[in-house]
Amino acid sequence: MSTATTHHARPTGASHGHSRRGRRRAQGSPWVALAFAAPLIVYLVAFYAYPLIRSIDLSIHDYNVRAFVQGDADFMGVSNYVDVIRNPLFPQALWNTFLFVLVSLVFQYALGLALAVFFKRRFPLSGVLRAMFLIPWLLPLIVSGSVWAWMMNSDSGVVNSFIGIVGIDPVNWLTSPDTALASVIIANIWLGIPFNLVILYSGLQNIPDEVYEAASLDGAGPWKVFWRITFPLLRPVSAITILLGLVYTLKVVDIVWIMTRGGPADSSLTLAVWSYREAFGTGQPDFSPASAIGNILIVIALIFGLVYVNLQRKVDQ
Amino acid sequence: MHIKFTRAATGFAGAALALGALAGCSSDNSDSDAAGGTFTWWDPYPQHEDGSDWDHRVQACGDEAGVTIDRTAYDTNALTNQLLLAAQEDSSPDIALLDNPAVSTLADTGALIGMDELGFDTGDIDENLLGAGMLDGTAYGIPIGANTLALYYNADILDEAGVDPASVTDWDSLNTALGKISDAGHKGITFAGIGTEEGTFQFLPWFWGAGADLSELNSPEAVEALDLWVSWVDNGWAPQSVIQNSQNSTWEEFLDGQTGFVENGTWQVNSAADASFDTGYITLPAKDGGAAPAPTGGELIVAPAQDDEARYDVSRQIIECMTTPEGFVDTAETFAYYIPPTKEGQDQFAEANPDLEVWVDAVRAAKARTGDNLGTDYPLISEPLWTAVQAATSGAMSSQDALDAAQADAEAATGR
Repeated sequence: MSTATTHHARPTGASHGHSRRGRRRAQGSPWVALAFAAPLIVYLVAFYAYPLIRSIDLSIHDYNVRAFVQGDADFMGVSNYVDVIRNPLFPQALWNTFLFVLVSLVFQYALGLALAVFFKRRFPLSGVLRAMFLIPWLLPLIVSGSVWAWMMNSDSGVVNSFIGIVGIDPVNWLTSPDTALASVIIANIWLGIPFNLVILYSGLQNIPDEVYEAASLDGAGPWKVFWRITFPLLRPVSAITILLGLVYTLKVVDIVWIMTRGGPADSSLTLAVWSYREAFGTGQPDFSPASAIGNILIVIALIFGLVYVNLQRKVDQ
Repeated sequence: MHIKFTRAATGFAGAALALGALAGCSSDNSDSDAAGGTFTWWDPYPQHEDGSDWDHRVQACGDEAGVTIDRTAYDTNALTNQLLLAAQEDSSPDIALLDNPAVSTLADTGALIGMDELGFDTGDIDENLLGAGMLDGTAYGIPIGANTLALYYNADILDEAGVDPASVTDWDSLNTALGKISDAGHKGITFAGIGTEEGTFQFLPWFWGAGADLSELNSPEAVEALDLWVSWVDNGWAPQSVIQNSQNSTWEEFLDGQTGFVENGTWQVNSAADASFDTGYITLPAKDGGAAPAPTGGELIVAPAQDDEARYDVSRQIIECMTTPEGFVDTAETFAYYIPPTKEGQDQFAEANPDLEVWVDAVRAAKARTGDNLGTDYPLISEPLWTAVQAATSGAMSSQDALDAAQADAEAATGR
């Protein structure tokens, strides 16, 4: 299991190995080696290096609409970043992002794990049920976002009519600044459960049955088995699940944009949504602050990635 | 060995193809001759598909100029973004139809050429409509038609509640009517308070109707206008969904038959006639009576700058075809809601469609959003305004606080 995750962490190392072997067999010309590596290099430069460089370029210049077309933007250094961080929206967006990511991850992971453990026991129709839990993953986001927005509609939504049956007053889910963030988090949790379920379920398959047999011989109850065996042995898989979930959740724009557009009154504005709104949401594109916010997000994701790699290294030792 | 080399070569070829495809994006239309060939056309009407009446109308103008028109439709917001990206990549379309407040912003980048350069005289066009496309005294676009807002009503609900639509002439009488409709068990009114340009567009008749001015967003008149909307939501006369509704979803809500009034545009005339209940419309009332100045909506036809200036001649012919009085009337009749922007066109149109004369009057009375010398500052003022509308209607802030914040943001953005 841990070998599987290290493969994930070093895909480029593996391909370097391939090209080195290629050169040995071709005996000589480094051009042949280069030719073999070229498709990969072209791909990496065109689709990874260039966009990243362009994003940094946008964020350190003042690309207003005019400068964007004429390509004569003034160099601004880090002042776009300073403006973004000083903007009163920044602490709010950062806090919303934090809540959005943390609450989403906790619930996605907990519910995903509970379902994975539940489905580990095979029972009639378990396959069908498990497949049904994958539906959120298969639906286009525009569909799930619109359906959630529709269900949470204040006046005619199904959620309010359900809670009305048990005598709770209708809640203005998406139109009140107090509940808008909670609403998009609920929708996002629902979206993230299948991903957690699938990865954790496959992790469970890799825990050897003998361990469980030994535990039952020693008289461990189901609760003890979970905390002493399943959970610790699942730790590497859990770590990568949560890291991937974190990266996915940090950059969520679509579901929030469809449901609330970050509103009302910026109450559900996350950093990613803010960045999108600056660039494309207003009909008055501000690419420079947008890419500054985007780059801050990349740095945040990178920090967590490094924390993960560090933890992984400690575990390997 | 030989096989391996072939594979490498294939890899190279693949990469080269991919790069070629990337490069292709930026050299789309530089290879065709000015005479004959294909001319690109972008418009914000994705609802009119290939083969629709509108598509035929566009193609007919291409045929007349002896070229094929390759038409692409985008969503309104996306169209502005696409035009900007295209201008940067030198791959602009030959002709575009652009939402009127965006024209001056795009013209300011140098991405559009002036209509005088193409040899058009824009003297006949109504000033309130042409104003949106003016920058420093030059017209960068010609309106192909105009629309505006009005108050549609559900006659069945008004009858049931005992409201005579003719009695609604100012805010007080409107509020009385909404109260009666609400007592009869229906929603009084719905509108689009969404956090986009559409939200500002819908708010402006009330804002201007109270006597407020876009250069002072937090004036007492502006606060009164926003309080009016807030009171509708708070009283339950308007549904909560107005905070998120676009004009289309507002209209859908109205068609559901549960709402007395809806603020919507001339473009819904046909749909209103097809509704399952009786409908009618009145002009939007100003605070103290009379018609509120509604904003003009509608697209301007613009010619993005091209590397190959020889193309302008055909572009001119296509624009000409869309902007003769007959062309305006043709467009108006194709859409059934676009009022021609010249006196001559309006007269011809009103003669042929006497029942739509009320709309012609409304368009003549309407006000350009970028008018009052706002020009490229308008989008910078509109964004804080719709943000304030959202904050107040959702209850996050009082109208006064929300508009104070909006005014501060607008001043910071425009430097006025």
